[in-house]
Amino acid sequence: MTKKPGLSMYWASSCGGCEIALVNINEKILEVIDKFDFMFCPCLLDTKKKDIEALPDKSIEITLFNGAVRTEENAEMANLLRKKSKILIAFGSCSNDGCIPGLSNLYSAKDHFDTIYLNNPTVSNPGGIVPQRETEVPEGTLHLPEFYDTVRTLSQVVDVEYFIPGCPPESNQIWDVINSVIEGVKLPPKGSVIGAGTSTVCDECEKIKEDKKIDRFYRTYEIIPDTKKCLLEQGIICMGIATRAGCGSLCPKVNMPCSGCYGAPDGVLDQGAKMIAALGSILNLEGDLTEEEITGHTNKIMDSIPDYAGTFYKFSLAGSILKNSVRK
Amino acid sequence: MKKVTIDPITRLEGHGKIDIFLNDGGDVANVYFQVPELRGFEQFCVGRLAEEMPIITNRICGVCPEAHHMASLKALDDLFEAEPPDAAKKIRELLYMAFYVTDHTTHFYALGGPDFIVGPDAPPSERNIFGVIKKVGLDIGKQVIETRAQNHHVIEMLGGRKVHPCAGLPGGWSKPVTEEERKELEAIAKKNIDFALFSLKTFDKIVLNNPDLLELITSDIYTHQTYYMGTVDDENHVNFYDGMVRVVDPEGKEFVKYHPKDYMEHIMENVESWTYLKVPYLKKIGWKGFIDGMDSGVYCATPLSRLNVSDSMATPLAQEHFEKFYETFGSKKKNGRYQPVHFRLSTHWARLIEMLYAAEHMLELASDPEITSPEIRNLPSGKAKGVGIGSVEAPRGTLTHHYVTDENAVIQKVNMIVGTTNNYAPISMSLKRAAEKLITKGKVIKDELLNKIEMAFRLYDPCLSCATHHLPGTMPMIVKIINSGGDVLDTFTRD
Repeated sequence: MTKKPGLSMYWASSCGGCEIALVNINEKILEVIDKFDFMFCPCLLDTKKKDIEALPDKSIEITLFNGAVRTEENAEMANLLRKKSKILIAFGSCSNDGCIPGLSNLYSAKDHFDTIYLNNPTVSNPGGIVPQRETEVPEGTLHLPEFYDTVRTLSQVVDVEYFIPGCPPESNQIWDVINSVIEGVKLPPKGSVIGAGTSTVCDECEKIKEDKKIDRFYRTYEIIPDTKKCLLEQGIICMGIATRAGCGSLCPKVNMPCSGCYGAPDGVLDQGAKMIAALGSILNLEGDLTEEEITGHTNKIMDSIPDYAGTFYKFSLAGSILKNSVRK
Repeated sequence: MKKVTIDPITRLEGHGKIDIFLNDGGDVANVYFQVPELRGFEQFCVGRLAEEMPIITNRICGVCPEAHHMASLKALDDLFEAEPPDAAKKIRELLYMAFYVTDHTTHFYALGGPDFIVGPDAPPSERNIFGVIKKVGLDIGKQVIETRAQNHHVIEMLGGRKVHPCAGLPGGWSKPVTEEERKELEAIAKKNIDFALFSLKTFDKIVLNNPDLLELITSDIYTHQTYYMGTVDDENHVNFYDGMVRVVDPEGKEFVKYHPKDYMEHIMENVESWTYLKVPYLKKIGWKGFIDGMDSGVYCATPLSRLNVSDSMATPLAQEHFEKFYETFGSKKKNGRYQPVHFRLSTHWARLIEMLYAAEHMLELASDPEITSPEIRNLPSGKAKGVGIGSVEAPRGTLTHHYVTDENAVIQKVNMIVGTTNNYAPISMSLKRAAEKLITKGKVIKDELLNKIEMAFRLYDPCLSCATHHLPGTMPMIVKIINSGGDVLDTFTRD
């Protein structure tokens, strides 16, 4: 009997939605188990970690790594699985771009500890206790992995073969990738984004675009949009124009703006910068305006967005060219 | 060990770590259950646009994003003083019922239930979804997959996405329900009722008719007398989406019933340096440590807790099973209410009764002609008032979101007390109890210890689905036994 290829899925700093998305391939999950030796989320502390360490290098065919690198332990696991896997895939927005928890890079580790454990309305902490890497208790010593100062994407820590974007990746896309491996389809060049399109969410969106310019932005709670028309052209910041296709424009379908979870499309280095540039071209600056008036008007419109980082880099801050240079 | 994913701000990732310390006599001195993971939502939500919190806090937990979406929306309704139109409320609630059905189904058949269905003494390799299928038949396995698939389809139809729904707005919902969709929802709700009834029958046949299992459920390894918390409606029925938070004492007397907005008067959190997760307790009683009883502020917020704080269920079939539940355990009525059941393993049964209620209520909502009304949004009339608090019952406990904003509705401060977090102390206590019963004078019954710890853990369904049990089904775990000299005597692992 030929040995089945090993498939592993490891969960670093993430929410579990990637696992749910995988399980949501429904009955096809039985086929995955049939075709692969499914080493799903292997247990990796102490002896078990030693078991993985004892494996020959590159002996796991594919590792789907979801979650960002936030703690000491996440980093150790990323390095170990890199060594043991033939193909390491960054699976989901956290490992690709840092995802929403990547916004954590706007603050230091100390900021987090102060807010969560000290200055919190329901915390009673007269002793000013915060978690420690080592704690002496009457019975012995307890250890915690270090909470790093920043969130890093997988490829900022180790070499990565492929990237499957999305928060979470859509189940049909996950199945397409797995199925093409099962069918022996030739893999694309290293570094490719797989399980997604190459263009933008706008290309998948059925809402009518009229090349309309806008006079102002609306927060989503300020407006009931025309559901047939492009949300951006109605002044709602929809990230579709700067976001990779692949989801089938799920959020705009229910009249909510794309929030950008599939990351930047092909050929775009920085999703947030691309979006800001796109907004520049859609603002209504027609008429006989001086340069000063244009600047003033643009600034006024842009000021109506009180959170640039969270709006334009909601999913991509940790992986962006900004990284943590915007820390407050 | 793998992970006990404790949902909120702090998911327990990588692995839940349980260190068992023995004293000189070889008995258990203490047990520490650590949560070695922190992501920091309470900090990095500061500076965000308030209206984006329902899609930001979704990412706290991919297993129960629906619960965060709803709690967040209710906090926004409060912040913007925008009450959603009835149809929007009903759509939110309908989605939430579908979510409860799929979530409780997953737990019963794939996560917690295998302990019973396949049996607590079956080898770990059998105690999983595949073992369940072997015992109850492949058809059932297919039905489980279908129930999950259909209810996730509902979540996508109403909420835009199967995982991390996005359709909620302060004062409403972004997409109406068509008549065609309503009919489909009605059909799925009916199937859910059948499936819930079938699941209760299975529980009856396999568990209740088995004296050994009943004895295990009522044994003192799995009994803790604590306070209980849950949300109830005007008539003190269990309610998942809205109502007052009721807390009863270990004797079943109402300790307090409060509006979620007043949560700060009733809940406090303790910080320990050996874990990233905070430990909540009842403020008016105080933190006395990981102990049970009337004088300890430890409370529990689970399906069992919700039944214990309620007078009855809001739907007829669930009510029948509610009565059977209390009668079976010999609970007497006092002042018109059943006395609380303290057997923690009965949480599995309570979860199925909740599944039936969710399915029945889903049908009520899907049959309501108002659900197709296009009136699904109320635009806020003024500016954000500066504070918004909202709560729902997440499957794993009462979930509270609390935001403070500036007048532009930009977040300045966030506090969240999340489902599983409520149960940090009870879970720790259950683990310690299991260890104490199974380790005496340095003698460790290895397999039984692992099994019993596993069961103590799973009954709380600590938001870990894929974590405590990954797909092949067993729970990866590391348990260290350390003697009074600090030497590691033994390390048990299971993968």
